[in-house]
This record gives sequence, structure tokens and C-alpha cells, in this order.
Amino acid sequence: MLLTGAEIVIKCLQEEKVDYVFGYPGGSVLYLYDELFKQDQVKHILVRHEQAAVHAADAYSRSSQKIGVCMVTSGPGVTNAVTGIATAYMDSIPLVVISGQVPTHYIGQDAFQEADTVGITRPCVKHNFLVKDVKDLALTIKKAFYIAKTGRPGPVLVDIPKDITNQKCDFSYPKSVTMRSYNPVTKGHSGQIKKALQLLLEAKRPMVYAGGGVILSDAADKLASFIRALGYPITNTLMGLGGYPATDKQFVGMLGMHGTVEANMAMQNCDVLLAIGARFDDRVIGNPEHFNDARRRIIHIDIDPSSISKRVKVDVPIVGNVADVLDDLLKQLAATDTRPDAKALAVWWKQIEEWRARKCLKYKQGSDVIMPQYVVEKLYEVTGGDAFVTSDVGQHQMWAAQYYKFDKPRRWINSGGLGTMGFGLPAAMGARFANPKATVACVTGEASIQMCIQELSTCKQYRLPIKIVNLNNRYLGMVRQWQEMFHGNRYSESYVDALPDFVKLAESYGHVGMHIEKPEDVEPALRKAFTTHKNDLVFLNFLTDQTANVFPMIAAGKGLSEMILAEDL
Amino acid sequence: MRHIISILLENEAGALSRVSGLFSARAYNIESLTVAPTEDPSLSRMTIVSIGSDDVIEQITKQLNKLIDVVKVVDLSEAAHIERELMLVKVRATGKDREEMKRIADIFRGRIIDVTESTYAIELTGNNAKLDAFLEAIDSALILETVRTGVCGIGRGDRILKI
Repeated sequence: MLLTGAEIVIKCLQEEKVDYVFGYPGGSVLYLYDELFKQDQVKHILVRHEQAAVHAADAYSRSSQKIGVCMVTSGPGVTNAVTGIATAYMDSIPLVVISGQVPTHYIGQDAFQEADTVGITRPCVKHNFLVKDVKDLALTIKKAFYIAKTGRPGPVLVDIPKDITNQKCDFSYPKSVTMRSYNPVTKGHSGQIKKALQLLLEAKRPMVYAGGGVILSDAADKLASFIRALGYPITNTLMGLGGYPATDKQFVGMLGMHGTVEANMAMQNCDVLLAIGARFDDRVIGNPEHFNDARRRIIHIDIDPSSISKRVKVDVPIVGNVADVLDDLLKQLAATDTRPDAKALAVWWKQIEEWRARKCLKYKQGSDVIMPQYVVEKLYEVTGGDAFVTSDVGQHQMWAAQYYKFDKPRRWINSGGLGTMGFGLPAAMGARFANPKATVACVTGEASIQMCIQELSTCKQYRLPIKIVNLNNRYLGMVRQWQEMFHGNRYSESYVDALPDFVKLAESYGHVGMHIEKPEDVEPALRKAFTTHKNDLVFLNFLTDQTANVFPMIAAGKGLSEMILAEDL
Repeated sequence: MRHIISILLENEAGALSRVSGLFSARAYNIESLTVAPTEDPSLSRMTIVSIGSDDVIEQITKQLNKLIDVVKVVDLSEAAHIERELMLVKVRATGKDREEMKRIADIFRGRIIDVTESTYAIELTGNNAKLDAFLEAIDSALILETVRTGVCGIGRGDRILKI
């Protein structure tokens, strides 16, 4: 059967069981949009800016394990999408981005809305393709979905010139695809796994450090079984929150720059460290030399060999899919009689409890000004800890990570690697499309929210009852905090003047706005938003303490044990 | 340490820029890069000479392997190997220099491949050091132009880079 390129693209999306495409039409994707119009299996979500299309598709994937799909036009459509693509790339999120391109015979002529899309996106995609022949289209899209989801996941872009979408060829969708140049591993090396387990069981002061890889490989249950069987302390990275239940007693909180005392001290002082789907990045290990000063042996499980021994040398590398490796570890643990050294473990836990007793996250909520931490704690209570929480980037992001206790994976959705302000609201949209009955909250700040505020319109169009928790301190809070701590209180350009009236702004888009200034109003406002206004988008504008800082804090380049605590100041 | 990295990759548009882009994005150094299709026209063979610590070279090979178009990566300098580079040099060859230039080219097993009344074009192959030595052996004032291909290399004996 002869189909046009545009028909082929839509058929491919249907074959891949794509429910939603997040996008924005334009000249070079007109044939594609025409075909979208003629069917209703693949639903299109019209955003208000291409960056939001990618963030929404990204969060759709983060909150559902499915592949996010977006469609944008050539030139500015793609350049607007780049921030979103780079965000997904840094956090290893599987996406397929379909971009229009000027017709093949215009390429290189500086045509209207022409951009070198493959060139511009190359450093921030797992792979990209320019389709030059309609006969290659179906196989290319098949490859795009395959590459996006397998191995270390990531965004894949398919650039399709307009004339290709209007040319015809025979269509058959390949059932599978093999590539001689791409064969991702899944199973870990059994000898290495055996060595790892032996080392773990010999540990006197063990520690487990689990990251986003646990969530990406859907291994949270396996991780919990393994760690509970061992009885070892475990920390999660910012990307890994929810990968292990935060309310479990073995969980010692998040680690790193704004991690807890107990997590960071246990990392520094352990004798055997098991790193799972994490990459020792600079926000976790700010100073590799300082970290190496304490002797410990490290086991590192990761699907990406280049993540192993990149910043910190490891002793037992295991390249493999986290879920598969944990399966093997569980099997080998069941097959051995050796058990952890209970006596040594008790001593180690006693030490950890001493660190925990310092209560590094405590803060004082007075009667005058709302503390931002308090809002997040109340959000946790009001939502029963069961919401999908997206965030933007800055202080509010850290407070959300510190005070909302995520017990389940894929509930905490934030831009960890790239740190993209403007991510939160479109991400909340994507999470809601993936989980149409779920409670979705976006914890944000008055600066971040304005970077994609136009999406309030998309939320209205699709009736998305997102709750926006705006921690409004009238500052670029994290910038201000660094200026206070490292730049002599010179608040250069970090005060946000001329803020809009967020209540009126929300109302003008057809939503509900609330303004909260007093601590005693925090909980009632949240309750009202999540009950009375369950089906509305509510913009909760909390005026919060302007001087609040995120603690604990490790200054850039400092060691894990060199934390600054609130009580030190 | 100087390393010679050999890469077998899909002979597709953009594959070269994926490799060179990786080096610039991650601040790795490229001393030279050569690439051409192999006997199987769907594959290209690339040779990159890079200088870096063992850790950096390990990262380079891992990152190269991650590129979807890359089929195989080998660090040739890990074991016995042969490296060659081709250089073309145009020199002024007049008067007594004309005979001298011919003599030095012969000593280095170079060949004169173009002759005019006042110039020679000399073709020379060898490793880096030999080509450098030739340039040092001749009077630098007589060098009009040089062009070098960069290093290509192959493993000795049974070491074979093939699919």
C-alpha cells in the first residue's frame, strides 16, 4: 500500500502505541498535522511554546515509563525545543522528537525557517537522524524508539524535510530492529556480581547510594528487597528520590550539596560503598580528592560504562541494567549462607543514628512569616505523600526534595542534571496526562514559574487541575543564597522586581488564584485547593521568608563532611 | 601519553562530526584525525591521535563506544602496531640546492613527484618522527609548502580491527 511520508509517521506512532504527542504546528510539519487531524488514536496536545512540549513529553515519560513524543516545526520550533531536549538528555529520559525541516532541495540555501537541526541538537541527543528518502522513514522511526528506550535512555530526534512527508512509498513497519553498531548490554558480569556480593557481606560500615538509574530501570521493588535483606543504610540522589521509600528507617535522606548529615557522613565514612545507577556527579561528590582521602571500596552498577570511574575510581565495576543486576544479586544472596556482620552493623547504625540525631533539616516556623520548608511539609501532609510533585530549579526544588518524603518511584519529577528553570509547569502537564487521575503539584518559585507561565493557557484548554505551589520570596533564592554566602551579600540582579499579581494572572487564564501570607493560613489554603478546588488549577502564591536558606550546604568543591548547617550560622 | 585510537564507524553523513564534536564538547585533544571508507563501503575507518592521561584516554574510548554510529574502538598504542603518515613538501630547488634536495629526499626514501625549473614536490611516508626529521634536515628557508595526512595505524600480527 502506498502511503505518504506524513501517513507513515502517524502510522509508526500508532504502531508504537503512542497516546500523546506534545507539539506545536508550523510550515514544515503541515502534512504531518494534516494526518494527525484525520485520526484520533494519537492525541495531540497543543502547548504554547516548544520548550514546554518537550518538558511535558519528558515528564510524561518520567511519570509513566513510556516514551515521550513531541513534534515541532523547523527553525525556531527546533531551537525552542533545544532546552527541553538538553534537559531530557542530562537526565537520561527516553524521548522521540519529530522535527520538520525545509524541503530537501532547500537545505543549505538559508531557506525560511531553516536551521541545521541535526547539527544544533547533536550534543544534546542520544542520537539524531535526517531522513533524506521516504523509503527510510519507517525504519528510522523504529530505530528512534529503539535507541531512545534501550541502554542508557535518552532523547532521539528525527528531522524530516517537508517534501519527504508528501512523497509516497510502500509502508510496512519493522517488527524489530538490529544495529551492528548498537548493542546495549543488560545482564551484568556474573563473576563481578559475585565479587560485589562478597565484598558487601564483608562490610563493617556499608553504605548504599542509589540514583536515577533505579527509577529508569523500574528496579525500586528489587532495590528495596535487596537493601532490606541486608539491613544497610541507603541514600538517594536528587534524581533517585522515590527509588527507595523515604519513610523507611534504613533511608538516611538525600545526599550531596544539600543532603543530610547522616547521608553525607555515612558516604564519607563507610568502608564499602554500593553505587547503583548513580554517577558521582559534582553535586554529590564535590571534591573527589577529599572523598578519596577516606579509604573505602566501591562497587558501581551502571548501564553506561562511561559513568564508571569517570570522577571517582571504583573497585568492582558492573556494567548492566540495574534491574537485571539486582535480580542476580538477590539470587546470589538467597544462595549463600553468609550474612552481614550483625555486630559491626549495629555499631555502624549507632553512629548513623548519632548523625541523624543532629536533625539537620530542622527550622523554626514562627507566627509572622511563612517558612518555605513549612509549606512543603504541609503539602506532604495534605496530599498524603502520594502526589506527583514536579519542580523548577532553585531553593524551592531543594526544599521539595528535602521535605516531601517520596515513597514511590516516578513521583518526584525535576530537572536534576541540566537544572532547567521553567521545567515545573509543563512537567506537571505531562505527569497529569500520563496519570489522569493523580494529584499533581508543581512546587516552584516566582522566578522559575515565569519562564513557562504561558502554559497556564494549555492547562485551561485541557482542564488540567494542577496545583501550583509558588514559594514566592521575591528573590532568585538560590542565587541570592550564594551571593550571601560567597559574594559578600551583594545581591546582584537577584531581586525580582515588578512581579505580576499571580492571583489575577491565574484568574485571567481562567484558573483559581490564592494569596497566602500568614503561617496559619498555609494548611487551610492547601486543603481548600486539594478538596474544594480538586478539579481546578489552583495557583497558590505563598509569600515566604526572604532570608531562608537551604541547609545543610556543601560549598562547591568541598568535601562531603564539610557541610555548613543552619545551626552553625 | 600519546595514543592512537582506531575507530570503525558507519559511513554515514554526520558520523565524522559526531566524533569530532565529542572531542570538542568534552575538551579532549586531537593531534590528528584521518578517515576514509574501508573495503566495505558502508564502513569508515578513522584514526585519531590524542594526548591524555590513561584516565582521559579510557573516557575517550568509552565515550566513542557510546556513539550510535561507532561499531568498534581500539587503542592501537596499547600493543605492537605500525603507524604511518604521508607528507607532501614543496621546496625551492635551484642551483646547488637542487642536487642537495634530491640527495636528502633519497636518504629519507622520499620520491620527487613533481618537478618545475625552480621547485620539487616531494612525497614522504613514515612515522611522525621521520617526517619531522626530514623537515629539520632540509634548509627551512627552502620549504614552500607542506601538507600532512595525519597518522593512520594498524595493529601488528593477529590484531585485527574488523566486524
